[in-house]
Amino acid sequence: MAETVTGAVQVRAVTIVRGTVTAVADASLDLLPGTITGLLGPSGSGKTTLMRAIVGSQYIDDGTITVLGQPAGSPGVRPRVGYMAQAPALYSDLTVTENLQYFARIYSLPMERAAEVIAQVDMTYRATALVSRLSGGETSRTSLAVALLARPSVLILDEPTVGLDPVLRQSLWRMFRMLADAGATLLVSSHVMEEASRCDALVLMREGAVLFEGTQEELSERAGVDDIEAAFIALASGPAAGAGS
Amino acid sequence: MSVRLTLATTRRILQQIRHDHRTLLLIFALPTLLMGLLALILMDRPGAFDAWGAPLLGVFPLIVMFLVTSVATLRERTSGTLERLLAMPIGRGDLLGGYALAFSLLGTAQAVVVSLFSFGLFGLDIPGSALLVGLVAVADALLGTALGLAASSLARTEFQAVQMMPLMLFPQLILCGLIVPRDEMPPVLEWLSWFMPLTYSINAAREAIVNTTVTAYYAANLGAVLAFALAALAIGGLTLRRQTR
Repeated sequence: MAETVTGAVQVRAVTIVRGTVTAVADASLDLLPGTITGLLGPSGSGKTTLMRAIVGSQYIDDGTITVLGQPAGSPGVRPRVGYMAQAPALYSDLTVTENLQYFARIYSLPMERAAEVIAQVDMTYRATALVSRLSGGETSRTSLAVALLARPSVLILDEPTVGLDPVLRQSLWRMFRMLADAGATLLVSSHVMEEASRCDALVLMREGAVLFEGTQEELSERAGVDDIEAAFIALASGPAAGAGS
Repeated sequence: MSVRLTLATTRRILQQIRHDHRTLLLIFALPTLLMGLLALILMDRPGAFDAWGAPLLGVFPLIVMFLVTSVATLRERTSGTLERLLAMPIGRGDLLGGYALAFSLLGTAQAVVVSLFSFGLFGLDIPGSALLVGLVAVADALLGTALGLAASSLARTEFQAVQMMPLMLFPQLILCGLIVPRDEMPPVLEWLSWFMPLTYSINAAREAIVNTTVTAYYAANLGAVLAFALAALAIGGLTLRRQTR
């Protein structure tokens, strides 16, 4: 039962059916405080659905998700979970500062906090620009700033670095590491296998099922190859869900 | 519901509109121009503009606030900001209240501008109370917002959202008694008109045109408009789901 003490997020046998498609099939995983977990898998493998379920935006058909000791999405835990969706989820007709100030008001935070997170994601130079005028990278960073506002203990980031240049990607990953070092629990989905090497733990999904959960070394060992991309392909094209080991 | 969160939302919505100069111009100038046009074509018919113009004062905020709200809430749904908000410590009531207050304020401002031009410049002249006619216009703005919120949940795209206006408002405009007195309509249509909020709005406006004080008839009809608006808001609220299937 040690996991109920240490785990920040526990996903237990979760199944989510969307329409006729089983988006998540009997998935279980643990996220530990102070770590970055990489959520990898081809598009359509259920990564986003699982992330939304952890945030509490997605109805779960079966299983349980516990976040910081409470059911996912319950009012007590909502302010402690930061979520960055793939869509920017910003008001494009407001400035960067106006966006952050509105969300800060919802969290009952002082207005200085809005300026702080804007600085944290290096957007101070664009603080008075309308979001509709921002570049793709600037928009992502602003969306990340919203997720960081309430100093969340759990951060769920859905492809936060997609479409960003390598320099920006590196600076974001440095920030993720700083947040984890400060005790936060991060779940980051990605298509870029190179990013997996920056994670403390990896979760591989395919067709809604969790194929693998563990460290990079364990993944390489199990797949019998060194390179993460090769290991992923080996596992993902191997026997289907549930037939592991 | 929290006053603070409602006001924060109202403020954010008004900020969005403020950045959109063309929409602001359309909201204030367009109905004013249309009233001027109506005054011009009825110039040679004594009393005609007074009989037509005063009830119309409430129709503009109804249509305009319906359109603005349905598109604004649809954008909130499709851009991901609604999902983000609902994962934050804010209630549906706060969001609804924020929308209702923001667009009622805007509708009130619109009614004031159109009334000032109509009474001051276009020579609209009524024996009753301009203020009470204006109050009907404010109730219509709230009604338009509430119906727009409910309608936006039926629309998946902005193309569909704008079509909700003729669907939900045109039957009311035809049957409310503005074009043909309701007691001269076929009984089935007259019976139908009892279920349309605009009917009560026109009743109240016509009562205010001939009375300087609040009569029981005026109060009952204005109350009916507000009751329809609150019911539509409640229905709209049910469609703001924290979780998706």
